[in-house]
Amino acid sequence: MPTVTHSASPLARATLPQAWRIEVFRRPNFDDPDGTRALREFAELGLTTVQAARLGRGFLLSPALSRVDVERLVVELFADPVLDVARITAPGAAPLLDPRARHRVLVMKKPGVMDSVAQTIERTIARAAYAKLANGERVRALTFQAWEFVGTIDPRELERAAKRTLANEVIEDVWVDREDVHFTLPDDHAVRASVTVPLRDASDDELVRISRQGCLSLTLLEMQAVRAHYRELGREPSDCELETIAQTWSEHCKHKTFAGRIDFRGERIENLFKETIQRATRELAKPWCISVFKDNAGIVAFEKDGDVEWDVCFKVETHNHPSAIDPYGGAGTGIGGVIRDVLGVGLGAKPIANTDCFFVGPLDLEEARVPKGCMHPRRILRGVVAGVRDYGNRMGIPTVNGGVWVDPRYVGNPLVYAGTVGLMPRWAAEKSVQPGDLILCVGGRTGRDGIHGATFSSIELDESSSVVSSSAVQIGDPITEKRVLDGLLRARDRRLYRAITDCGAGGLSSAVGEMGAECGARVQLERVPLKYPGLSPAEIWISEAQERMVLAVPPEHLEAIRAVFAAEDVDATAIGEFTDTGELELFYGETRVGVLDLQFLHDGTPRPLRQASYTPRELADPGAPPCANPGAMLLALLASPNVASKEWIVRQYDHEVQGMSAQKPLVGEHEDGPGDGAVLQPLASSRAGIAVGCGANPRYGLLDPWAMASAAIDEALRNVVAVGGDPARTAILDNFSWANCANPEQLGALVLAARACYATSVAFGTPFVSGKDSLNNEFRVGDEVIAIPPTLLVSALARVPDVSRSVSMDAKAAGNRLYVVGLTHGELGGSHYLGELGLDGGRVPRPDLALAPKQLAALHAAIRDGLVRSVHDLSEGGLAVAAAEMAFAGRLGVELSLSAVPTAELPANYDPNATRLFSESCTRFLVEVEEAHAAAFERALAGRDFARVGSVDASGRLKIRGVKGQTIVDLPVDELARAHRGGFAG
Amino acid sequence: MNVATKAVRALVVRTAGTNCDRETCLALERAGAAPKLEHVLQLCEKPALFDGYGIFVVPGGFSYGDDLGAGRVLGYQLRTRLADALQRFVARGGIVLGVCNGFQVLVDTGLLEGALSERAQRGVALDVNASGHFECRWVTLRAEASACAWLEPGELLPVPVAHGEGRFTVRDAEVLARLKSARQIALRYVQPDGSGGTDVAYPANPNGSVEAIAGICDPSGRVLGLMPHPERNLTPWNHPRWTRLGPRAEGEGLSFYRRMVATASALAK
Repeated sequence: MPTVTHSASPLARATLPQAWRIEVFRRPNFDDPDGTRALREFAELGLTTVQAARLGRGFLLSPALSRVDVERLVVELFADPVLDVARITAPGAAPLLDPRARHRVLVMKKPGVMDSVAQTIERTIARAAYAKLANGERVRALTFQAWEFVGTIDPRELERAAKRTLANEVIEDVWVDREDVHFTLPDDHAVRASVTVPLRDASDDELVRISRQGCLSLTLLEMQAVRAHYRELGREPSDCELETIAQTWSEHCKHKTFAGRIDFRGERIENLFKETIQRATRELAKPWCISVFKDNAGIVAFEKDGDVEWDVCFKVETHNHPSAIDPYGGAGTGIGGVIRDVLGVGLGAKPIANTDCFFVGPLDLEEARVPKGCMHPRRILRGVVAGVRDYGNRMGIPTVNGGVWVDPRYVGNPLVYAGTVGLMPRWAAEKSVQPGDLILCVGGRTGRDGIHGATFSSIELDESSSVVSSSAVQIGDPITEKRVLDGLLRARDRRLYRAITDCGAGGLSSAVGEMGAECGARVQLERVPLKYPGLSPAEIWISEAQERMVLAVPPEHLEAIRAVFAAEDVDATAIGEFTDTGELELFYGETRVGVLDLQFLHDGTPRPLRQASYTPRELADPGAPPCANPGAMLLALLASPNVASKEWIVRQYDHEVQGMSAQKPLVGEHEDGPGDGAVLQPLASSRAGIAVGCGANPRYGLLDPWAMASAAIDEALRNVVAVGGDPARTAILDNFSWANCANPEQLGALVLAARACYATSVAFGTPFVSGKDSLNNEFRVGDEVIAIPPTLLVSALARVPDVSRSVSMDAKAAGNRLYVVGLTHGELGGSHYLGELGLDGGRVPRPDLALAPKQLAALHAAIRDGLVRSVHDLSEGGLAVAAAEMAFAGRLGVELSLSAVPTAELPANYDPNATRLFSESCTRFLVEVEEAHAAAFERALAGRDFARVGSVDASGRLKIRGVKGQTIVDLPVDELARAHRGGFAG
Repeated sequence: MNVATKAVRALVVRTAGTNCDRETCLALERAGAAPKLEHVLQLCEKPALFDGYGIFVVPGGFSYGDDLGAGRVLGYQLRTRLADALQRFVARGGIVLGVCNGFQVLVDTGLLEGALSERAQRGVALDVNASGHFECRWVTLRAEASACAWLEPGELLPVPVAHGEGRFTVRDAEVLARLKSARQIALRYVQPDGSGGTDVAYPANPNGSVEAIAGICDPSGRVLGLMPHPERNLTPWNHPRWTRLGPRAEGEGLSFYRRMVATASALAK
C-alpha cells in the first residue's frame, strides 16, 4: 500500500497508470448525495473543516483502446447526458482535475478483490461492435472512487478520516493526493504441482505449528489423527489433502463441539445436537416435515395447488467474523451464501424472502472507547445494512423480517444473521448423486477470494484479525448470483441435473467432498474457470469465491444444461465426475495432487471429551422497584435501541418485490408500527400464506441460558402467531452464537440452552428443521477478552391458513375492546425496565410449557375465525411498550386498567404497577376485538389466562390506570411515536 | 373465437438482474393479456420477435446490477441493438411500459422523448433519490390529463416504490415546458387523500422528483414510464393498510394494467 507523503503541491506525481482513466462527476448544478454523506461522517469524527466533497466514479480501461472508442464509450455507457460530466485522461498522462479541489482521495479495490462493476464493463464492451483491441484480447477494466474535497484540511487528518469512512483497508487501497493507482492483476506466484507436507515424523509441537502457520485451525488432537492416518498410508499428505481435511473438519463445517462428546457436571453427553435439537424433531415426527437437518435448509410442506405439491424451505446462517472485518462485504456475502443454501436445497428452491438480524455494540459509543482493531458499531451497522440491502435488493428477494439488538459485549464481535425462505415443488425435495455423473461448476469464476474462510470463522478474533485475515473476506456479486438463479430454476424444471449444492465455506473442497461422500469423485482442477491466472491447485480447491454452485449432471444432459446457462451468460464447466471408488481424487492436468479416503475425511474426526459446567451468577433479585414516573420510563423504553424504530433499515430493503406481501414489517395508519411478523402469499392462486418471525434476547442469556433459549422460542412463536400463523404448522430454526466453548462454563451454558430447546420445542409441538451454530465469538485486546453473551436466534416459519385473515398490530377503531392474553409473572430479569434502572439479576422470563401451547392454539383459532382486529405480542418493555406501539401505530387512543391484567401472585419486592407495565413474561399478547365478536372471542379463549383490560378510543392518547385506579400514564400518541423514532437512524 | 385466442400478447423483456418478472407477468395475465418473457440477448439476435406483440414491457429490477448507472447497460443494448425494432413497434401502434428499472431504461434509450439515438439531446433523467439511498414505501399516484392513451385522468393509485434512483429531473426549465406542452406528464405523486399539486414533498413524493412527477409518456401517448410498481398491488392484501380499509375485491394496481391491456387490444384491431 502506498504510504502518504504530503507535499506542498496537492498532487504529488508518481507512476501514473498505463490505462485510459475516466472520471465521471455529477454536473456542478446537481448536488452530490455521496459527498453529503461523506461530510456527515467526517463530522462524526470531528473533521469539520471540509467544505465540500464530491465523488467521481473512476474507471481504468486497457491502454490499447483508441481515443475515439474511449470517447464513444464515455458518451454511450459511462456518463449520463443530463447529470454527468466526464474527464478522460490518456494512459500515463496526469489526470485532469477540478481546480477548486484542494485534496483528492482515491480508493480502489486491492488486486484480485471482486470488482463486479468492472466485470459488467468488460462483458458489455466485449459485446459492442466497436472498442476492439488489435490483438483480439478482451478489454480490461478496473474501477475506483475519486473523491475531491474543498476546504482547509490537514492531509494526515483527511487520510485518517478517509480510511475510517470512505474505504476499508482490508480490501481497498487508499491514495491521498497521489494519482498512481494500479492497473495490475494479482501476482502469479503459484506452484502448479503437488506439494507435500511432511507430517509423519513431525513432533506434536511441529503439528501445532503446521496447523497455525497453514491457517488450518486444526487442534493437536486432530493433527495427531491426521498424522496417524498418513503413517498408516505410508506417505506424506499433499497440501490439497491437508487443506481438504482442515476445511471438512472445521468447526464451521463440522460443528465438532455441538455434535461432540461432553461431560456436563459428571453427566455424559454423546452428541449434544442429536440429543436435544434433533431429538425434538424426531420425537415430534410431524408428517409435514419433508426434509430436515440433512440438506442445506429445512423443507416443510406448504400447499397443494392444482397438480403440484408446494413446499417451503428456510435457512438462517451467521456471517459474524467476516462482517466484523468488512461489514458491507461480510453481510453481503452472508446473505448471498444463505440464498445459495436455498438454491442448493433438494434440487433447488426459488428464494421468496430474506431475513436479517444484527447484534452490535452501543451505537452511541464514544470514539475513544472503541477497542483497538475494531470498527465503531455505527459503522458496522451501517455497513451490514448496506450489504444486505445491495445484495438482497439486487437479487429481487424481499427482506421482510429481522431485528437489531445492542449490547456492549458485541463491540468486538458483532453477530450478523441472514436467512432465506424458498418455495419449491415437492418433486424437487430430494437429490441423489450417481457414479458417472459429471461435476458441473456453475456461476462465478474462482479467484483467491476467501481462502480459509471456514477455518477463519472458527477462531477467536483479535486486534490483528483485520490485517491477517483479509484474504478470508469475500466480496459478493449479486447479479452473477441472479444469473445463476435464473438458469438454475430453468434447468431444474427441465430436470437436467440429479443433485446440487452450493459452494460455501471450504469452496469446492466442501461442496464436492459432500456430494461425493457416498460414492467418490475425481476432479480436474485445471478446468475450473479462473478470474486471473496464477492460482495453485490448493487455492483453486479451497477458494471461497462467491456465486458458485456444484451440480451432478448425467452426461447425456451436459449439452442441454450448458445451453441453459449460456443463455443466461453463466459459465458452466464440467470439472470432473463422480465415481464409485470411495475416494476423492484431485488432478491438475496429468498430475495427481491429492487422493483422500472419503470415509476418513467424513468420519475420521477425533471426538474428544469436552468439559462443561455451569455456575449461576449469584445476584440478589432486585424485584420490580416502583416506577416514580411511568410515562417518562415508557418514553425512555420506546427510544432504547432494541425497541426504537428500525424504519431507517426496513425502508432501505425492498420488502415488496415479487408482489406477495400481505403483512409488512411496518404497519398502521402512518406505516410506522413495528409489525410482529411478516406474512407472504407465495402462490397467486391460493390464499394460503407463510408467516416469518424471530426471537432473541441476549440480555437473558447471561442470567439464565435455559430460560433465554426457551423464551427465544416463545418469542419467535408469538411473532408468527400474532400475525395469523398456525402454531401447529410452525417450524423453527436455531442459530446459536456463543463465546469460546473451550471454557467449560460457556459450554455448560450451551448445554443448558440446547436442553431448553428440546423441552420447549416438544412442548409447543414445533420441530426444528434447520440450524447452525457459530462458536468462538470473542474478541481479544491485549489480555482482555470480550466474550459475547450467549445468543440464540430462533426463527419461525408458520403456515397461515388464509392471508385474508392475517392481522396487524395497529389499533383499528374506537370502541373496540382490548384484552391481555397470558399471565404476567414477576419476571424482570434481563428486562429493559431493569436495564434502564441499571439493575442486574432477577428472574428471567420463561414460558409455562404446560399452558403456553394451549394459549397459542386458542389465540390462533380466534384469529383464524376472524374474531380479532389486531394483535401485538408483549416482549421488550412489556405491556407498556406494546400498548404504546399499538396506540401510535393506529393513531388512536388506548385506555388500559392495570388492575384487570391477569397476574400471578407477586413476591413482596415486586411493585404491582411496575410489574404489570414492564415485566417481560412470555406467551402474552394485547388483542383488539370488536364488540360484536367479544362473546365469541371469550368463548374461543375459555379456560386460558386472559382478561379484558381496556378499550380503543378516539382520544389520541395512551391512558393507563394503576392497580388502585389512579392514572399513571397519560401521553399523546404523537409523542409516543416521536420517542419511538428518536433513536439512531443511520 | 374464444377470449383466450384474442388476448393481446405482451412481450416482457428480461436480462441479468431483472427481478419483477413474476408480478409483472401476473398483472398482465390477470388484466387479460398473454405475457411472454424473453431474454434481451434473444431479442438482440432476433428483433423479429417483436412481431405479433401489442405490448412491450421493461419490468423492474437491477438490470446488470445498475453497475454503470440505473438502467444504463440495458438501455445501451436497446439503443444500440434494437432501436429500429422498438421504433417500428411504437409506430405500428404498440404500447410500451417501463416500470422502475424499466422506466430508467426507457429514459436512457430516449424513447420517452421521441429521440432514440440522439443521446446528447436528452433532457430528462432519473437521479439518485434526494434521501441519497434506496427506499421502499407506499405512495399515492394521480393520473394527470396527458397524452397517455390509457390512463384515466384523476384516478388515484396506491402503489409501492422501491428504488434508489427515481428522482425525476430535467436538464432545464425548457425541457419541463416542452413535456407539459406535449402533455407528457402522465403521473404525479400526491398525498394519500389525493390532494397536492406540483409541490408535494417527502414522504408523499418519495424521491424529491421535480414537480412530484412519477411518470411520463412519449408524445404519442403509447410509451409510458413510471417509478412505482402497480403490479405489486394486485391482491386485496397487498395494500399496507388493508386491515384498516373496508373489503376490496382487488388491488388498485390491477386497473392500471387492465386499462393498458384494453387499449392495446383496441389498437391491435
